[in-house]
Amino acid sequence: MSENVLRLENITMQFGGVVAINDLSLEVNKGEIVSLIGPNGAGKTTVFNVITGVYEATNGAVYYEDKMILSNHPQGKMKKMYAGTNADKFPDVIVKTPDRITSLGIARTFQNIRLFKSMTVFENVLTAKHMLKTSNVFSTALRLNYKEEENARNETMQLLERLGLDDVKEELATSLPYGKQRYLEIARALATKPKLLLLDEPAAGMNPQETMALTSFIKSIRDEFDLTVFIIEHHMNLVMDISDRIYVIDFGKLISHGVPEEVQNDEAVIKAYLGVSEEDE
Amino acid sequence: MKKSRKDMVFNLSLVALIFIAVIIVENIPGVNPMLSTVLKKGSIYALVAVSMNLLNGFTGLFSLGQAGFMLLGAYTYAVITIPDSAREKVYMYVKEGSAVSRSWFDNIANGLHLPEGVSNIAIMIIGMLAGGLIAAFFSWLIGLPVLKLKSDYLAIATLGFAEIIRAIFQWDKLGPVTNGSNVLRNFPTFKTAVFPLTVSAICILFIVLLINSTYGRAFKAIRDDEIAAEAMGINLAHHKRLAFVISSFFAGIGGALLAMFQNTLQATPFKSAMTYEILLIVVIGGIGSVSGSIIASFLYISASEWWLRGLDSGKFLFIESPAVLRGGFRMVVFSVIIMIIVLFFRKGIMGERELSVTRFLNFFRKKDGKNEENS
Repeated sequence: MSENVLRLENITMQFGGVVAINDLSLEVNKGEIVSLIGPNGAGKTTVFNVITGVYEATNGAVYYEDKMILSNHPQGKMKKMYAGTNADKFPDVIVKTPDRITSLGIARTFQNIRLFKSMTVFENVLTAKHMLKTSNVFSTALRLNYKEEENARNETMQLLERLGLDDVKEELATSLPYGKQRYLEIARALATKPKLLLLDEPAAGMNPQETMALTSFIKSIRDEFDLTVFIIEHHMNLVMDISDRIYVIDFGKLISHGVPEEVQNDEAVIKAYLGVSEEDE
Repeated sequence: MKKSRKDMVFNLSLVALIFIAVIIVENIPGVNPMLSTVLKKGSIYALVAVSMNLLNGFTGLFSLGQAGFMLLGAYTYAVITIPDSAREKVYMYVKEGSAVSRSWFDNIANGLHLPEGVSNIAIMIIGMLAGGLIAAFFSWLIGLPVLKLKSDYLAIATLGFAEIIRAIFQWDKLGPVTNGSNVLRNFPTFKTAVFPLTVSAICILFIVLLINSTYGRAFKAIRDDEIAAEAMGINLAHHKRLAFVISSFFAGIGGALLAMFQNTLQATPFKSAMTYEILLIVVIGGIGSVSGSIIASFLYISASEWWLRGLDSGKFLFIESPAVLRGGFRMVVFSVIIMIIVLFFRKGIMGERELSVTRFLNFFRKKDGKNEENS
């Protein structure tokens, strides 16, 4: 059994009475590419938001490299509203803001592209290097950290060259074509030197050729940067092609899990995606 | 890298030229004294506008507390630096007399046998730094709860803070320190415009260096997209507080300079109107442009203190009409000008750009290139 990079245990996320994620447990092993799929509104992005600390899970724990990084149990008025089980399993409350999660080595991209609009391509990636700096505000303002700055710039340049964005580096991020903006988001995430990369629908809005290119690209960066990739996607070609394992959720509940062939033939998955005809019920 | 260095050299030489020009102008007798006023007040407002721009333009925090932090800086400066011999007279309306003394400094200065000019400059710098630090401390304190608010709510909270600070400083129970609502005077002041210009230039240089550093990029990232910035490992609370404290520090120094410029100090002028004045300068200059703020502040001060003065006294350009042009008319014309600027130059004079010699040259080069292609 290979080493866990990410493990979710009994994660439940409730917004008031609405259960967005229901008792979800999953794990992502080192070096794997794991996909999370499900119909629209199944709660996929919410899973990412819980992992990265944007939302505080109602119940459950998140482990990163076998260390508990987030944990919560129903508190206050949520005690009454809590719909799941295992409420007593997690006595600790560990809350981290997204920046702390990122500094642990988990980087993400966004479903609806969130680039820094007023900055150039180069600056967008360079900004992500801010997290890695060791100097304080005075030494940076007085340029005592010029070596570090030089390093960050060189690394940024290398990254842009690797991702084929070096020819547009002085352009405004928002003036790039849509596909390139997606790559830029990935470049920015890679600039934080992550071990685990969370990609939220990286192929959204791409045509089949572009999707194929992206598929091989994700595989290649996984090998090159020694990454583990956890990916949300709707393009089934990409998902089936790329994934070592697939998790399927519907209405926040895990309905199937396994290698691509297993999932493809799973009755529950087909039902969730195509709906159930009235005669069957 | 090379391009920005060229601009840096250009801008620094521009600043040096301005300094030489100012020194020459100030030493020629018969030059309009208004020019000196504009240089002094303009440089002070430039510093405060740039510090506000750091917060509003570069970090995207819409704060309206600038006048409050200037007040803190100004009062700290004045209270610390009034000579002990003058204190009795200044605090004559306060029963207890002054609670603060600068004997500690005078003792050190006497011990070191500093000449009077040097010790005067030294106490001025100490006073300014203290003013900045007090403003920064209070901004840190108020930033703890207030910086969790967004946009308009933050503006209202900081505006309220500024008004409260002004009221507290006029409270007679604090008389031994702030002299209540009476005037503070006799503190050391500058005579020529070189002093405020130098202080402003150093402070603005620091802010520019900060904006172009990795912290500046983090500030801009927060302005562009908070969620993405946080996902890239930028601690929102820490960086917002940092921007707020640094901005207030320089607002405090600007306040101290303003106290020196006015020779006397009272809390009354530090109303929200003063914040709006500075906000106006920032907007006219371009939100997110340091050179824009500097240019706009000199233009604004020139217009309000000098060029449009005649509108109040019945003489403007070659028109003489005491019936129409009388007290208050200046503000009418001024408002119209501002409305025109806001309507037709929505992004201000500079937008988000900076004064740049390379862009200027490239503009012409490109034009030449096009002409060659055409011919």
